[in-house]
Amino acid sequence: MEEGVLGEILQGPLRSLFSSTQLISDVSGSGNNWAVGHHTYGMTYREQIVDEVRKAAEHCDCLQCFFLIHSMGGGTGSGLGTFVLKLLEEEFPEVYRIVTSVYPTTEDDVITSPYNSILAMKELTEHADCVLPVDNQSLVEIVGKINHMSGMGKPGCVIKKDTTIISGHGGAVKNEKPFDAMNNIVANLLLNITSSSRFEGSLNMDLNEIAMNLVPFPRLHYLVSSLTPLYALADVSVPPRRLDQMFSDAFSKEHQLIRADPKHNLYLACALMLRGNVQVSDLRRNIERLKPSLPFAAWNQEGWKTSLCSVPPVGHTHSLLALANNTCVRSTFSELRERFVKLYRRKAHLHHYLSVGGMELAGFSEAFSSISNLIEDYSHLESPQMPNAPRLTIAT
Amino acid sequence: MSVVSLQLGQCGNQIGHELFSIISSDSNGPNRKKYGDKAHFSQKQGSGNNWANGFCVLGPRHEEVVEDLVRREIERSDRLAGIFTMMSVAGGTGSGVGTYITQCLRDLYPSAFILNQVTWPYGAGELSDAILVHENDTVHQICSRLMNITHISITDVNKVMAHQLASILQPAHTAHSGGQYCRNPLGADPPTFFCTLHTRTLADIFLLSTGELLTSLVCHPEYKLLSLCNIPQMSSTSLAYSVFNWPGLLKHLRQMLIATAKMEEGIDWTVSAPSVVRATEENGFKDPALYVPWLQTENSFSTWNSSVPLNGYEKSATLISNSQSLLKPLDSIVRKAWDMFASRAYVHQYTKFGISEEDFLDSFTALEQIISSYTHL
Repeated sequence: MEEGVLGEILQGPLRSLFSSTQLISDVSGSGNNWAVGHHTYGMTYREQIVDEVRKAAEHCDCLQCFFLIHSMGGGTGSGLGTFVLKLLEEEFPEVYRIVTSVYPTTEDDVITSPYNSILAMKELTEHADCVLPVDNQSLVEIVGKINHMSGMGKPGCVIKKDTTIISGHGGAVKNEKPFDAMNNIVANLLLNITSSSRFEGSLNMDLNEIAMNLVPFPRLHYLVSSLTPLYALADVSVPPRRLDQMFSDAFSKEHQLIRADPKHNLYLACALMLRGNVQVSDLRRNIERLKPSLPFAAWNQEGWKTSLCSVPPVGHTHSLLALANNTCVRSTFSELRERFVKLYRRKAHLHHYLSVGGMELAGFSEAFSSISNLIEDYSHLESPQMPNAPRLTIAT
Repeated sequence: MSVVSLQLGQCGNQIGHELFSIISSDSNGPNRKKYGDKAHFSQKQGSGNNWANGFCVLGPRHEEVVEDLVRREIERSDRLAGIFTMMSVAGGTGSGVGTYITQCLRDLYPSAFILNQVTWPYGAGELSDAILVHENDTVHQICSRLMNITHISITDVNKVMAHQLASILQPAHTAHSGGQYCRNPLGADPPTFFCTLHTRTLADIFLLSTGELLTSLVCHPEYKLLSLCNIPQMSSTSLAYSVFNWPGLLKHLRQMLIATAKMEEGIDWTVSAPSVVRATEENGFKDPALYVPWLQTENSFSTWNSSVPLNGYEKSATLISNSQSLLKPLDSIVRKAWDMFASRAYVHQYTKFGISEEDFLDSFTALEQIISSYTHL
């Protein structure tokens, strides 16, 4: 919305990618107010947004999915973003909606981010097919780790230029902007997810298969993602980290894009998207190796979805993206809910929201119940009571 | 006499490709098989691993196009022996569209035999005449233990499956054909086991003839699951140093059958059939203890010869059996599926394409029926 931000993109190195007709802007942003983004801008620009999307969709011979990228803590991304999500569901009900959402950390600079996030969560739970939550804190830690490695300067530890997942590639970026490194990580996530659709491989996986295999229950569609490797070493005499190490890394907390603890919670399903020269035997061997340490739901013990794409990312011989539907996200959501409650209890800042046409107090309580139910659903799956329905028997 | 083959889904197409490579490299003559220019149909989007999407949405949507393609192939052949489809059952297109198309083809060509080759890691087809099952796990083990391939790729796995399939789709002699290649190999007698042997003699014209194959193996509509054992399977380096003889090969096959082993290594030689017939190895297969009592032994087993050596192996033998060997894997698949269904996991993904919980229950009932039939053999 904000003209300033859009202007920067139009002057950047990738300006030729975006047609000016596809940009919709207003004078100012949403002032970190979900209600402004969702109700005010939503109503005002609804027709225009639908038109632009339709025009773009008509160019496609086969529209498979929409990727929505936004943050949860602000006003436009969060409010207008979720409005657009609802819109897409109405206009294109058969097209999958995959959302990449950046969640606020506790030290977020936006005071009202808990309100915005919880209000947006309700929409995401109801209207998205699949959500990939990312939090800034994890991104900061990954960036720190890479910088630490490159700063060490020990022989054998020098990172090969442009192979880190934080280095921008292809663009002539001379001056790195503050969030570039962190944003590149998310970009790599999206690149890896779409790699099977863009390149050939022995075991392809379409985007609709992600939603199909990883979402056993409609509302529980929040996936924990982790990327490896983070970088490649420049020194060729040092052998590349073994393939098996890559699999182990993918399940370590340091490579996750969201702070959560999947190993001590329950996996509902897991997808491994491999790129590069990896064979099915390597894949199976590693799954067998890692399975004992990863708790899976009783009804989905072999809940692994895998794909093999032959083209590795630039600068690497192979890479792995792991997407896990794990009940650990409920702790992340519980924390968010706590922060919401702290503000809501005092009715702090509420008047900014309620003064926006279309926003009512009921909206807050509904959003609160939505996230509480979600947390409850995840917890429920962890309890081991399985409805032990006996199998059907045939009369002989 | 020809068989029209139909490759469905990612798995089906990959296996089909390997199968035809083997077949065309085997027949050195001018009959190298090529796919017709228009003999394919693809769409940009898959079925998303959803059987319901494949069966209810994509199947009907593309029914006409696929039927046209099949009809064109059939018109080109002089006489249709049967239809051979290849697919996986775990995915969306292979299993969903595959079963839908099988249904349509059955309606269109009621007298043709339909053989479905399926790759397991759910469903079974009621409408096909026979279902030939390959399990990915087993083939993978064959790759690793017998063939010494350290980094097994999907192509390796597919090649093994294709080799096994190619071994049965060869022209063959039977006891009745008197030295000539049989025009319609299997007679009306219903044997339960079928064995092809290849020796190094003359090469010959390539014909596919599966009609008889099916009548012999599938004697009862409730028992349609076939499994395949092909020996030897080994790496090309060992091949140069190996010598085979028929008695040895047949003995191995027989024991593999009794002990339900899927490959040559690790056969449990301690398992034996209740009564052992001491005779030549070929007669070993005629042991009545191996077969169900309601079939006469002479009808239960037949042998086929083909003179063309298969894919570089001097001698190879294949056993196709309709037996209880698939019972355990089928049972475990049904158990896992039932667990998932009991928790209602993923069910919403299917209901949104028009499958109801009733349909799920129907499928489970059908499968339990099959398991029960095979258990009580």
